Amino acid sequence: MVNIRNFKTFITDTLGLMTTGSRLYYAWIGFLLLLIALGAFAYTGQMNHGLIITNMRDQVSWGFYIGNFTFLVGVAAASIMLVIPAYIYDWAPIKEITILGEMLAITALVMCLGFVMVDIGRPDRFWHIMPLVGRLNWPSSLLAWDVIVLNLYLLLNWFVVTYLLFSAYVEKHYKKALVLPLVLLSIPMAVSIHTVTAYLYNGLAARPFWNSAILAPRFLASAFCSGPAVLLILLQVLRKTTRLKITDEAIFKIAELMAYTMGFNLFLTAAESFKELYSGTEHMIYFQYLLFGIEKNGVHYHTLVPFAWASIITGFVAFLLFLIPKTRTNWITLNIGCVLIYSSVYIEKGMGLIIPGLTPDTLGEIYVYRPSLTEITVAAGIFSLGALVFTCMLKAAVPMMLGEFTISGRHKPATPPEADPIQA
Amino acid sequence: MNTRPIQFAGLALLLLTATAFASPPEKKGDASAPEGIQVPKPPFSEGIFPCTSCHDGKSMKVDTHRRELGMHSEIQEILHHGPNRWCLDCHDAQNRDRLHLAGGEPVAFTASYLLCGQCHGDKLRDWRLGIHGKRTGSWNGQKQYLLCVNCHNPHSPHFKPLKPMPPPTRPDDIKMAKGGSQ
Amino acid sequence: MTDIKPIQPPTGVPESGACGSRREFLGTAVATVAMALTGCGKLSKEEFLQHNFRELSKDELKTIIARLEREYEEKYHKAVKVGNEPAMPGVIFGYALDLSRCIGCRRCVYACVKENNQSRDPQIQWIRVLEMDKEEGVNIQHAEQYYNPEEVPREGHFYMPVQCQQCKRPPCVKVCPVGATWREKDGIVVVDYNWCIGCRYCMAACPYGARHFNWGEPHIDAADVNPNTHYLGNRPRPKGVVEKCTFCIQRTRKGLYPACVEICPTGSRKFGNLLDAKSEIREILENKRVFKFKEDLNTQPNFFYFYGV
Repeated sequence: MVNIRNFKTFITDTLGLMTTGSRLYYAWIGFLLLLIALGAFAYTGQMNHGLIITNMRDQVSWGFYIGNFTFLVGVAAASIMLVIPAYIYDWAPIKEITILGEMLAITALVMCLGFVMVDIGRPDRFWHIMPLVGRLNWPSSLLAWDVIVLNLYLLLNWFVVTYLLFSAYVEKHYKKALVLPLVLLSIPMAVSIHTVTAYLYNGLAARPFWNSAILAPRFLASAFCSGPAVLLILLQVLRKTTRLKITDEAIFKIAELMAYTMGFNLFLTAAESFKELYSGTEHMIYFQYLLFGIEKNGVHYHTLVPFAWASIITGFVAFLLFLIPKTRTNWITLNIGCVLIYSSVYIEKGMGLIIPGLTPDTLGEIYVYRPSLTEITVAAGIFSLGALVFTCMLKAAVPMMLGEFTISGRHKPATPPEADPIQA
Repeated sequence: MNTRPIQFAGLALLLLTATAFASPPEKKGDASAPEGIQVPKPPFSEGIFPCTSCHDGKSMKVDTHRRELGMHSEIQEILHHGPNRWCLDCHDAQNRDRLHLAGGEPVAFTASYLLCGQCHGDKLRDWRLGIHGKRTGSWNGQKQYLLCVNCHNPHSPHFKPLKPMPPPTRPDDIKMAKGGSQ
Repeated sequence: MTDIKPIQPPTGVPESGACGSRREFLGTAVATVAMALTGCGKLSKEEFLQHNFRELSKDELKTIIARLEREYEEKYHKAVKVGNEPAMPGVIFGYALDLSRCIGCRRCVYACVKENNQSRDPQIQWIRVLEMDKEEGVNIQHAEQYYNPEEVPREGHFYMPVQCQQCKRPPCVKVCPVGATWREKDGIVVVDYNWCIGCRYCMAACPYGARHFNWGEPHIDAADVNPNTHYLGNRPRPKGVVEKCTFCIQRTRKGLYPACVEICPTGSRKFGNLLDAKSEIREILENKRVFKFKEDLNTQPNFFYFYGV
């Protein structure tokens, strides 16, 4: 029965599930809480002294925090890599695990919000950006668009996940007429969050490195090939540690789709490089700084070069590993490929996007930015917060998905489930 | 006999002579502030003006031949103002308290810009419009001009280099202020 | 930052009794959260709840200005006046800089710092002077800001100061998510320092590097504080907000020249009303050939560079 009282018990039972577990579970939670505390402590230092204790300055005014934000928006968008085959192509093996992609999206969005909060100079004025209460400069500002679409997408995913789990909990089949449109809506919404984030950079004529028409497609391509990498590893872990049924077929299909997006991503990167390096205008300087280093007034600046090539090479190797069926279906090479593509895109979104966009700056100055200890600690805290959110969600969701934990038979003994796992 | 015409003539003569002994009349070309342009006092060296305190026409004879001077040697050494310039090209030989234009018309020191403007006509035009040279005051009201010579020493007019004020702090060196956030 | 003024519980609350103490507790709790969020613990309720300058009524603005003047007086021990002169009708400010005359002496930079109460430590400077090669011409990639020879101008170099261009199509105004920066009727692009959230999107958007951020708490010695300020201009700024050149709004809206124009020893800087056909700036546009910095970006600056010679 779907009513308020059951929902209340659903909440309390969910919290109960999240707060009880094995010794390993407690150790993991404890570890995450420790990192979160460290991050919070570093953040109070930042609040007290201002952003001056980061290494961002006027010349490079966005850095590690915004780089992570951009990357995580891509991860959030990646859930549609599961939704499309599951619901558009009605592919059963993936359907039961789409909810995991949506939970990953929620986690990523929570972390995105975290990174924005720690980056702004006046967190006490956060309410200024809320529509009606504050003053949101919509439609002019792309950041205003981002606020809207990210929160809507978060709301959407949160609602779908909660509804699906709640339905499983009260042993009622979820209403397809409610869920299907929302899930299908999440496809253009996922595209929109990363497109808006790309446009945020794209619309700035002051930054020629970002002001290229190909930026939004590149964002999407790299998001779709990196986000699912987390999912692939996660699915293998869940298969071993819980009773979730995830077929090899499902995993290999996701990997195959990723291979195509990786290829497209590499093509777009090549297209961008060609345009800059062949035309050879002054705007080439940003690409030059990134890939080859530049010399100014007798000083050589090549901090980003090893990272740029690492990103390209790992991306290319991952592409081959995913493309060739033999390596795609080998668990070792598949997982190596996941790690490689994740690293490749992570480097590309941080060091390969933000920094070269701002270096040299608008007056030709080169300031070499490296994240400070504060920034790294705070970022670690936020990633740990995300991991905590995701862990807790899984801890509660998996038993419910398997039908092991319901309102009537809570704490069921470990017998094979009677109800089917969540399926359309 | 009617002496009145003679008395008139005598009075007229007297008056005319009187004016002749007065300060030289305001003739055309003598422009202290002809266009209503407010300028500051000319930047004379200490005690050098009025020049007629030495050049009174009596103790020194007027000698218009180009030569090495005995006095004012410090100016002669630096007289870099175009080829073949010498003092009396600008300074009036008959009255050292004045300058003179190419045609001989006297010009007061307070209107020296007219003299500069003879050769530097485009600068004079721009200066009048407020485009050339430092301008202070109100953008919508009274403005202050400077004389050319306030910035350009007429005897060595090239604008002198200045010591630059310190460069900005590099971003790498911008750190939290000592004493923290208070 | 402002003086400590924790959020008071509502008036009329009984002194004793569980109800009163609960409310006090709540009030203190909210205040603690607000203080924690601002870090340094000095945020009054009024400042926290203040709205965008453009939405304030006349009375609200008067109260706010009175509060600001009180805070500045307590901080700097001198009477600081915060004006809010509106734009003069029939005025759009224009600025011209003579590249043939600038010798790179940087007196404009420091006159600006003094006039506009910029933080000395950490250092903020609204004007940046670029030294470039005569052979290259205006080429940003070969510019040097940190030149420090014995004398300027240096042989074979010319100098180009850059500050806010007060664009007619300002990219910074376009991108601000909260509308904390906008273009006034007289052309000056201003920032409401009490509304800015410090996201720095405007700094990414500005092609001229004209916007600067208070990364740390700004420091000015009380003796150096210029007490004649404007709400949208040179009043002392808090930590965590963006600031930039405002064409000395506190001076120009009273008919004076900006500080940089007045101090320039070579008379390279010219300023006036673009709508006045007799102004210096219009004479320059008529008689000299001007160019706009990064003109291809179509920001349409009201700042023109020209060659006077």
